[in-house]
Amino acid sequence: MSIDQNTAAKVAKLARIKVEDDALPALAAEFNTILEFIEQLNEVDVEGVEPMTSVTPQRLKRREDVVTDGNQQDKILSNAPDAREGFFAVPKVME
Amino acid sequence: MSDLNKLGLAEARDALRKGETTSVELTKACLSAIDKADALNAFVHKTPEIALERAAAADARLQQGDAPAMCGLPVGIKDLFCTKGVASQAASKILEGFVPEYESTVSQQLADNGAVMLGKLNMDEFAMGSSNETSTYGNAVSPWRREGSDAQLTPGGSSGGSAAAVAADLCLAATGTDTGGSIRQPAAFTGTVGIKPTYGRCSRWGVVAFASSLDQAGPMTKSVRDAAIMLEAMSGHDPKDSTSADLAVPNFEAMLTGDIRGKKIGIPKEYHMEGMPAEIEKLWAEGRDMLKEAGAEIVDISLPHTKYALPAYYVIAPAEASSNLARYDGVRYGNRARLEAGDGITEMYEKTRAQGFGDEVKRRVMVGTYVLSAGFYDAYYNRARRVRSLIKQDFENVFAAGVDAILTPATPSAAFGLGEMSDADPVAMYLLDVFTVTVNLAGLPGIALPAGLDSQGLPLGLQLIGRPWEEGDLLNTAYALEQSTGFVAKPGNWW
Repeated sequence: MSIDQNTAAKVAKLARIKVEDDALPALAAEFNTILEFIEQLNEVDVEGVEPMTSVTPQRLKRREDVVTDGNQQDKILSNAPDAREGFFAVPKVME
Repeated sequence: MSDLNKLGLAEARDALRKGETTSVELTKACLSAIDKADALNAFVHKTPEIALERAAAADARLQQGDAPAMCGLPVGIKDLFCTKGVASQAASKILEGFVPEYESTVSQQLADNGAVMLGKLNMDEFAMGSSNETSTYGNAVSPWRREGSDAQLTPGGSSGGSAAAVAADLCLAATGTDTGGSIRQPAAFTGTVGIKPTYGRCSRWGVVAFASSLDQAGPMTKSVRDAAIMLEAMSGHDPKDSTSADLAVPNFEAMLTGDIRGKKIGIPKEYHMEGMPAEIEKLWAEGRDMLKEAGAEIVDISLPHTKYALPAYYVIAPAEASSNLARYDGVRYGNRARLEAGDGITEMYEKTRAQGFGDEVKRRVMVGTYVLSAGFYDAYYNRARRVRSLIKQDFENVFAAGVDAILTPATPSAAFGLGEMSDADPVAMYLLDVFTVTVNLAGLPGIALPAGLDSQGLPLGLQLIGRPWEEGDLLNTAYALEQSTGFVAKPGNWW
């Protein structure tokens, strides 16, 4: 499996990271180095082996489905790059 | 008392109890050492006011006889831990200016225990790196140097600032985190002790997430006894982390008897790596002999899937990172890129993340995005999770056969020079975690401790891997080994 520049561009887009066109060849090359390393996994016989979901065999704890937190709008907005009138502000999403 | 900053946790605790010193004196000694050590770039946010305030409060508690184990002991906190009112950036530009409104459970437990926070410690960006060279604060520098050389060396990573600070006696101990070796590798590079507990032993709440199924916090200290004291203070169930284990935390220090007679220590043949320096092989053999001398039984074991641990890790960790780091989007916290007229929300995300993340973080987020994307999920991500099951099974088999702990080298080399790996491809750097990463994949406790110096005078470490939840037994085996190695070397103060 080899990654070309188009695939690298697509991955960057999916990850929401802007990559300039002239940086794509180097990025694709790095991906290929890493993927080549990862492909060793194909040597392993995983027939009948379950993918690990939890490293410790514990059941997730349950709790009452009740509100335990809230009423801290100021604290939540205190680190926002742009907060207005009690909301997070972002550039226009729709025309 | 002089040189109070050079004390370990146990010694300082005992001195405080005897009234031989005060927490304020200890804290001032550390703050003064920190101010003289800017060349190491270990402390990146200093908090002297908080430190002195907590020290005074600790002294009051000590006088009242209400003094938990860590009361009055000055420690450093890795920048990955969110600390209320104190910048917490995970060494990333994207979190510049972020000041949490809350405190991580681990740092809160340390504070409740009376520990004094001196400041925040340098690290690799989002804990992604093995040399502390991906930090937005710049490199942390090891206090160690090769004999006859003034070349700057890496303290290791990702907890490089923690390791440098403890090795240089800027603090009595520090917190670290370990996703693939980030406590144990820097401990080995700096002649300090670092333990990654069993997955679930310490709460992850308030610790900036890298790969949630692998991340664990742990202490970095000057001795095994100190590691036992601090791990106990950091451990315990937390309702805010659903993966934290609801298990009693033993008194780890009380388990340090040094008696390991009859313990079975496994030596995994797969850890004899091709091209490994003879010095590391020798150190490993010496460690084996010392444990045998102390009465343990040494057995050869096999962990057949070891070779596949790193490739599995470099699927699983980036996959989880790509998901965890999706939250850094320039909306709720941290930096937002400057936008141009006409830029919409997608451009905001893309520019913010391109400017805010460093190269290694971008690389891992994109690799993670790729292995999780439609069409590749089964071939990469699910296959890696299957291999992870096999790696864990390897360990379960040897533990079922009666092995109590496994002895390995901690790293395949001593510390290298800063910049020396800059031309290497990313995979060459990943290989540094070859002995530590299996432990995270299997969720086991692992401890690195110093065992000797190489021919250039740099520390080398050994690693012991224990059974799940048996950190007490593991610490005791490490304690016995520590007594045998008698490692006391310290770096000369050049900074």
